[in-house]
Amino acid sequence: MAQKVAVEGWFSVEPAALVGTRCTACGTPYFPRNEMACRNPGCAGAKDGSELEPYTFSTRGKVWSYADARYKPPPPYVSPEPFRPYVVAAVELETEKIVVLGQVVPGVSVDDLAVGQEVELTVGTLYTDGDDDYLVWMWRPAE
Amino acid sequence: MSREIAVVGTGMHPWGKWGKNFVGYGLHAAREALAEAGLEWTDVQYVAGADTIRNGYPGFIAGATFAQALGWSGARVSSSYAACASGAQAIANARAQILAGLADVALVVGADAAPKGFFAPVGGDRPDDPDWLRFRLLGATNPLYFALAARRRMALYGSTSEDFALVKVKNAKHGAANPNARYRKETSVAEVLDSPIVASPLHLMEICATSDGGAALILTSMEFARARGLNPVRIAGLSTVTPTFPKTVIDLPDFATDAAMTVAEPARPFRADLAHTAYEEAGVAPADISVAEVYDLSTALELDWMEDIGLCAPGEAESLLRAGETAIGGRIPVNPSGGLASFGEAVPAQAIAQICELTRQLTGRAESRQVPSTPTTAIAVNQGLFGHGSATILTT
Repeated sequence: MAQKVAVEGWFSVEPAALVGTRCTACGTPYFPRNEMACRNPGCAGAKDGSELEPYTFSTRGKVWSYADARYKPPPPYVSPEPFRPYVVAAVELETEKIVVLGQVVPGVSVDDLAVGQEVELTVGTLYTDGDDDYLVWMWRPAE
Repeated sequence: MSREIAVVGTGMHPWGKWGKNFVGYGLHAAREALAEAGLEWTDVQYVAGADTIRNGYPGFIAGATFAQALGWSGARVSSSYAACASGAQAIANARAQILAGLADVALVVGADAAPKGFFAPVGGDRPDDPDWLRFRLLGATNPLYFALAARRRMALYGSTSEDFALVKVKNAKHGAANPNARYRKETSVAEVLDSPIVASPLHLMEICATSDGGAALILTSMEFARARGLNPVRIAGLSTVTPTFPKTVIDLPDFATDAAMTVAEPARPFRADLAHTAYEEAGVAPADISVAEVYDLSTALELDWMEDIGLCAPGEAESLLRAGETAIGGRIPVNPSGGLASFGEAVPAQAIAQICELTRQLTGRAESRQVPSTPTTAIAVNQGLFGHGSATILTT
């Protein structure tokens, strides 16, 4: 079984990190990656995309909020059968002052989390299609 | 120059699961609004349709669909899609036409026939659609976003599950008295907390259902209303402002907020700014408001909205709720219609239905759910996807 990414260009696997873009003129980082134009209306950059360069985000942050899914979502979510509940956390990265959603690694429940808790980015299996495992970024409690 | 326009007619098709085409619900609502206004369809010069994504093209171009159903009359037309704010965009279009002097009489109409269960993205493999991607990569349904907001509120203000359930108890009681509401049964905190958890901390009974329904308004210039000898309710302010960069509160269907790394976050977050702009336009303050319709997509969101529109300071919504001040008969009734808790989502009709309810409250015609001492100033607020939302101020 091969490992593939569930979406191209949004994160790196080794090391685990979110990959977006950053404006070279005003410094604003973007996730998911923005290649169109810097969206800061006060930015004096070219605003034609040439001002945006790849940017790797910091990998630790604090939980802004979290919730779990107890019912199977509709497609295109690819669910194992039977459905397994999962947790999603909104995490604020201190460096970039951005809140990013991600699934929390399996085995961690809402009872294990708290707002303000330190977490770090990792990569885990989002779904399996029978031939391949598809990977996505995930949050896990910081060590 | 006065920026007011008149609301001279309201109409609704009862919410529910009727299994019919959305056009019929809109037609029913439009005819009821015309009858209430004492006007004929051929008096309408402008039709503002709020669009749905149901039934393909007829839904995407709902303005013309409703105009055809009512009988082609040569009226001018527009169609607006802004998810849950579609109805507000249609009202804003009609208001602009009237204020510009391009029309005296406008019909605003929206209707929907929503499928059961979670809202899902438009079909097909759409890996460049952020709404499709949030389901695929995160499994983030709408209730999951509502739950994130609810948990955040618990952490910031110490809100409890009982507080959230109490919102549902209040709105169910209001809705029980509303013949247009889908759910007309009172409930208890215990019953709400006994319902299954959909996305913790929220239970099934705390999340709005999907519904069929329709709503319509007849809007006119103040001059037209006066010439007819009417003393109508007025739309005194209507804001559809977009967020200000950086938007730092996460909303569906976003993966992330803007980064506040280079520009500090604005003094007023998006929802508060929607209301603030409407207050300024109407020359009204939150203290003047005596009844409000807010978007209770979940129980917890009603509490957030109360603070966003300035009914109380952040963190104080629960104490108003617990004291019964937001129930009919309290100091500031919230969602006297029963809210989305009692109606469910019929997306393009919702913002229009809010104005129907407030018009009826301000004219003392809300029957057994009437707010006492007939209120004079009201606000309705909602939020759509990707930075759409509205706040509307009504005065007598």
